[in-house]
This record gives sequence, structure tokens and C-alpha cells, in this order.
Amino acid sequence: MQIAKDRLDRTFMALADPTRRAILARLALGEATVTELAEPFEISQPAISKHLKILERAQLISVEKDAQRRPRKLVAQPLAEANEWLERYREAWEASYERLDGLLEELQRAAPRHKPKKK
Amino acid sequence: MSAVFETTQVTQPSEHEVKAVRSFKAPRDLVYKAYTTPELVKRWMLGPPGWPMPVCEMDVRVGGKFRWRWRSNDEGKEFGFHGEFKEVNAPAKLVHVEYFDPGDVGGDMGEGAIITTEFSEDKGITTLTSLMDFGNKRARDAAVATGMTDGMEQSYQLLDGVLAKR
Repeated sequence: MQIAKDRLDRTFMALADPTRRAILARLALGEATVTELAEPFEISQPAISKHLKILERAQLISVEKDAQRRPRKLVAQPLAEANEWLERYREAWEASYERLDGLLEELQRAAPRHKPKKK
Repeated sequence: MSAVFETTQVTQPSEHEVKAVRSFKAPRDLVYKAYTTPELVKRWMLGPPGWPMPVCEMDVRVGGKFRWRWRSNDEGKEFGFHGEFKEVNAPAKLVHVEYFDPGDVGGDMGEGAIITTEFSEDKGITTLTSLMDFGNKRARDAAVATGMTDGMEQSYQLLDGVLAKR
């Protein structure tokens, strides 16, 4: 559990940056080299490499070590875990909001003055 | 025409924030009323099964205080939130600061969070947007980690683990 939580921290940290999210979005379309990944951004290749290192440490991407071009690939598992964490939080809200749905329906039945406004 | 969120959408606009958006089939003044009237709030807010909300006091005006507490039917354990309203613009917007009272379940959520709740209506559908600013990433992650879904006790054990590590 603790290991999972540490990894989650790294995942969320890695996802907190818009450039890194853009890199992941690009990799979701297929593997790419550092040069290819740097292309759409107005930042230097070393800066891109720094972002890639953070993504690698979070195990969100992997490097094809054997291939000459060393392309980067998306790793799906940590992203799925991060989503699951947020999903549990979302479900807690949804449970309360479903109770609120029921209450609002009841209040509207009880008080017909709450008719939809005419535009 | 604005978007309708039939189920809750949760996003993280920044490292220290969480945003929840949800639409309701009711006019805005009614949703606002259900959100700000203690007898009504008690009936829907949080509280997993077996955790009713015996204390719900809200003085909804700028500088007014609120206090919410939940108690478990089984063990009589309690926890809650308290805080103050910073901005009250019925029925469009509420800003409050909230602090976590660990009671006897333990845990800590840090410095308190600033919650901005906005109510917007379109064609009889009200969309509720809650932006929770926890001030820093650690507090945000701790709050998300409590989850409040699969058993309060389980969640707090999880939170204890998270906090013990830091």
C-alpha cells in the first residue's frame, strides 16, 4: 500500500505540469524520439529531456533501450492507478449529490412555486 | 448553452486544487437553499452509510460560522469540519474556509481549505461548481486520499499511513 502511495505521489507530481501532459498526450498516439517530442514545444531539447526524466521516474513512460533512436513509450499502469484514486473521491461526491438529487425532487414536488423559469 | 454534468466530474486544475462539477434538475434558488439550510444539508451532505450528521450549524453570512459533525452509529466515533463564510452572494456564489476536526477518528488535513461554490442556472438545470483550494499539494492529496467512500475507518487508516510517512 505504501509503495503504491509513493508511486501515486510521483504520478500526480509528473502530471501536474502542462508540458508533461502534452508529452503524454503525444505518446498516447504512439512512440516518439526526444527530437520528435521536442518539435511542437518552444523549449530546448535539454528542457524536454528533463521533463522526460520526471515522466520516466514516475514510470509513466519507458525508453526502448536497444533501438538506436531510443524512442519513448507510454506506460499505462500508473495512469490507471491515479485515475482510480480520483475516481474514489469522485464517487464520494457523487453519492452525496445523488442524495441531493432526491431531496431537490422532493422539495419541488412539495413547493410547486419552483417551476422552471420562462426565458 | 452551457454543459450539463449528469454525474460528478472531478478535475485537478492545479497541484493544490480539486474541482467538482455537477448539474441538478432544479432551479438555482432551490439548489442554493438545499446547500445552505442546515435541516436540508443534513439530509444529503457526505456521510457514508452508518454515519449520520447530528451537528449541522450554519450561519450563512459574511463572517458567519458553520460546524458540521458526523457520528458513527456503530462505535459512536465522531469527526467534522468547521469554518467561516467569507463571501455570500445568494443564490450565485459562496466562499467559505473549512478546517478539519479529526474528533476520534484521527488524521489531519493541514491548514484548512478555501471552498468556492458557484451555482449557475440554464433552462431549469443548475450546475454546481466547487473549487477546493487546499493551499498545497500535500494537503490536497491527503484530502483526496480520505475519499470517504469505502468506509470511513478504512479511509482514515489510509490517511494515517500517508501522514505517518511524511
